[in-house]
Amino acid sequence: MLAFASILDRKLLRDLWRIKGQAAAIIFVIAAGISLFVMSHGMMISLDETMRAYYERYRFADMYAPAKRAPDYIVEEISALPGVNDVEGRISGGGLVTLPEAPAPISARVMSFDPEAAAPINGVHLSEGRMISPTRQDEILLLKSFADAHGLAPGDSLSVTMNGVRHSFAIAGLALSPEFIYALPPGDFVVDDARFAALWLNEEAMEAAYDLDGAFNEAVLTFSPNANEEFLIAALDRILAPYGATGAYSRADQISNKFLVEELAQLSTMGRVMPPIFVAVSIFLLNIVVTRLVQTEREQIGLIKAFGYSNRDVAVHYLKFVLAIALGGALVGWGGGIWLGRMIGEIYRIYFHFPFLVFVADFSTLGIALAISALAAAAGAFFAVRSAVTLTPAVAMRPPAPPKFASGDGFMKTISGFLDQPSRMILRRLSRQPGRALLTAFGIGAAMGLSVMMRFNVNATDYMLDVSFNVVDRSDVFVSFVEPLSDKTVLELQSINGVTLVEPVRSTPVMFNHDRIEFLGGITGLPDKAALNRAVDTDLQDVDITGDGVVLSEQLAKILEIAPGDMLSVEVREGRRPTLEIPVTGIVESLIGTPAYMNMDALNRQLKEPNRVSGAYLKIDPRLRQEVYNEIKAIPKVAGVSLRREAYQNFEDMIDEGPGVFRHIMTVFSIIIAAGVVYNSARIAYIERERDLASLRVLGFTKIETGYVLLGELATLAIIALPIGSALGYLIWSYMAAALSTELYQIPVIYKEDGLGYAAIIVLLATAFAGAFIQRDVAKIDLASALKTRD
Amino acid sequence: MSESAVQTAPGKLAFRTSDLSKVYGEGPAAVHALRGVDLEIPSGELVVLLGPSGSGKSTLLNILGGIDRASSGQAYFQDDELTAMTDRRLTAYRRRHVGFVFQFYNLMPSLTAHENVDLVAEIATDPMPTMEALDLVGLTPRATHFPSELSGGEQQRVAIARAIAKNPTVLFCDEPTGALDSKTGVGVLKALQEVNTRLGTTTLIITHAAATAAMADRVIHFADGQIREVIENDHKVSPDEISW
Repeated sequence: MLAFASILDRKLLRDLWRIKGQAAAIIFVIAAGISLFVMSHGMMISLDETMRAYYERYRFADMYAPAKRAPDYIVEEISALPGVNDVEGRISGGGLVTLPEAPAPISARVMSFDPEAAAPINGVHLSEGRMISPTRQDEILLLKSFADAHGLAPGDSLSVTMNGVRHSFAIAGLALSPEFIYALPPGDFVVDDARFAALWLNEEAMEAAYDLDGAFNEAVLTFSPNANEEFLIAALDRILAPYGATGAYSRADQISNKFLVEELAQLSTMGRVMPPIFVAVSIFLLNIVVTRLVQTEREQIGLIKAFGYSNRDVAVHYLKFVLAIALGGALVGWGGGIWLGRMIGEIYRIYFHFPFLVFVADFSTLGIALAISALAAAAGAFFAVRSAVTLTPAVAMRPPAPPKFASGDGFMKTISGFLDQPSRMILRRLSRQPGRALLTAFGIGAAMGLSVMMRFNVNATDYMLDVSFNVVDRSDVFVSFVEPLSDKTVLELQSINGVTLVEPVRSTPVMFNHDRIEFLGGITGLPDKAALNRAVDTDLQDVDITGDGVVLSEQLAKILEIAPGDMLSVEVREGRRPTLEIPVTGIVESLIGTPAYMNMDALNRQLKEPNRVSGAYLKIDPRLRQEVYNEIKAIPKVAGVSLRREAYQNFEDMIDEGPGVFRHIMTVFSIIIAAGVVYNSARIAYIERERDLASLRVLGFTKIETGYVLLGELATLAIIALPIGSALGYLIWSYMAAALSTELYQIPVIYKEDGLGYAAIIVLLATAFAGAFIQRDVAKIDLASALKTRD
Repeated sequence: MSESAVQTAPGKLAFRTSDLSKVYGEGPAAVHALRGVDLEIPSGELVVLLGPSGSGKSTLLNILGGIDRASSGQAYFQDDELTAMTDRRLTAYRRRHVGFVFQFYNLMPSLTAHENVDLVAEIATDPMPTMEALDLVGLTPRATHFPSELSGGEQQRVAIARAIAKNPTVLFCDEPTGALDSKTGVGVLKALQEVNTRLGTTTLIITHAAATAAMADRVIHFADGQIREVIENDHKVSPDEISW
């Protein structure tokens, strides 16, 4: 023992050792909450800093201004705009990569790149091979994730169709880019390394391929910190309008960045919502443990006060006791959080294709972790410590009054009539301290709530997938065109052997305008009686889009502050670029995105472009899949091909292996909470009743029969906890779903029994596990000594 | 009272021990609670064990009652060797044959007097009616009361009723009057004697109160882990005449 430790400190250490099992259970609950906090907080900082450093090093553009064809000298005009730091006019186009082993054509984004530029905007990180030559037109840089997915390396060749012409390129090097951190195939919302390629060619090659000699089709710019974004967007749109601008957008709307920022927001939500649950549970656990400790030590408290120790000494003694546990929880949680952070950081690094991602073990989180744990400990111990302080020595040294029981009236009495004596003991103990029983049930319920929340999360994702892939989009293949084509293309697709159904779609990029609120989006024109791609509301009913008006998603209507009957101003960002006034005829709730629907013919009429389609949904005969893919590969003007089945598979993979790994962590944590609460409650029940249990053993009750009195109580509490946990889970998930919902997704709250069943099984297993530990104590009970002692 | 209540014929031995020893702890800290005890207790007797604290009487009672194990030597209940029994068989032995009465009563606080007796009756093979057991200790009017509503003497009489309700072969009482005043204690002793004479239950009573010896068939004096003296009492007196 340490020399400087006072006698009370020695007592404290021995007390801690005596209840080491319970202390460990509480430490783990605190640690679970702290580690989630440290991990999500650290991950947020790490992702944010990595993103910032990555963006800065490779000069990720602040703004994009796509057009159809703008002469190179316009770049000068743009660079003269106030706030603009640097501008480059580049050529960026869609392409299709054909690989011998890949069944379907693969969507690609092809960009011009100046290999001699010292610090180009949207630079690349060359991870393998060498830079492309400024003079050779047959060399490319290839996105590393795509190359890795297909086993491609520098020196290999790649066949790419651009603007309807097939080219063959030599891969000079593999690159990572801040533009493609989240490398999304067009039309999909899940990363798929194998199904999206980004390529960089030198300018000459691009000018030739896209027929843009002396011109560019996308201005990328960086601006100074004091630049006015809105002004710049308006100015760019004005300057590029004659050249077919589709609308400038800032970095915030760049798709890869947008997803990354949302991931950060989700981490932040997770870090905000989860830890308080764990902290609340640990406060409860500390409360029951310290309350019990003070009760058993009444006489000791009286004695040390009689010796002359002050109330303050007594309070400090018990506070030290809980702070020791809190310190353990904070340290284990901090270490665990860093370990988790490193693990998840590696998953993120791979998933987001960062050239580097270092999880920041931030020492400020240690301070916060310590503060949170200490506060939780103090809160948990408050009432017990107060009762210890207010005990007068004389009262403390008298044993507490024996527990009083009553048979209860009416209902309780009737139930008792059916029970054997051990069951009556269970019932009476529970009904004697209903508050405590309910609190314990709440603690177990909190654990179940976490599981329920995670299962509801799974249910919501499944539901969204189901709605996206089986209700809204029932096609096998979606083909998008480089530009709106005549509806004869539909016939062309229809004639492919193996295509059983073709459904055209006309979508157009627009700027919505209402009451000076602007929103860059698109209108989707659907044919009458659409079957492969439908507009549905949240009840999965078809949305009526037969009239001339536009039907807006609720999110979009909210952004635009518009109601049915109002007129909506729509600036079309392609073709003749008309500005249209269209009545809003309906509002639907939508799960994904901020769509606006119109009847396809009505849309084409408004655009004065009859019989145009911008893409088509296909249903194909699975036996002729390969033939269909081959035919599509051969069609010029195809900008992208999206395979629904693979997109579905990708989503599932992401959930199982990618950031979805959170789910598994949360499941483990909910087991920790459930086991921690159950074990502590059981252990205290055991200590309180050790003498009763020993008496039962002496009276001839077997170990199992004796254990029943204790474990039956636990099981009853666990069962009471089930509805509580279900309700808590529903509440937490409702909150989380709202907090996690974004412009991109509306996360639904789906009630499904299997989620509750799964969570119930976890709680009952954790209860059984804790029960097994207690049964072991019951089996080892010392009969002779337990009988000699008074309560 | 049914005939089956009397489970042992007079003259037969209820317990026999040979060289029975019990050591707690090891090495220099070892405590020899029993040092080679040889003892015979005939069936149906009321035996009082006397001796100072730590003399080994409780240890002997615990080993005979099947709640503690000897370090060496043998102890027999009738013809069964207790010292060779497994935990499971010891539990069965307690369940079937043994009634216990403790110094601190050890009633279940959440059960009424009647239910405390029922608790044992439910697991017994041939229990007497619960009300009969309570009647025997004079507690019929208090049957529906919880332990917290009973006096110490009443609680101890419930404990006796609980112990005898299973019609035990032997009844062990460790300081049954230790927590009671003299007058209340006499009531408890009367109940024990009543059980012994009416049911023929072999009864072992540990006590600090030497006067209690006057009501015993046999008095065993303990000292330092050994039997100092065994006295057969030819002139038993009624508990009413005892005071301490």
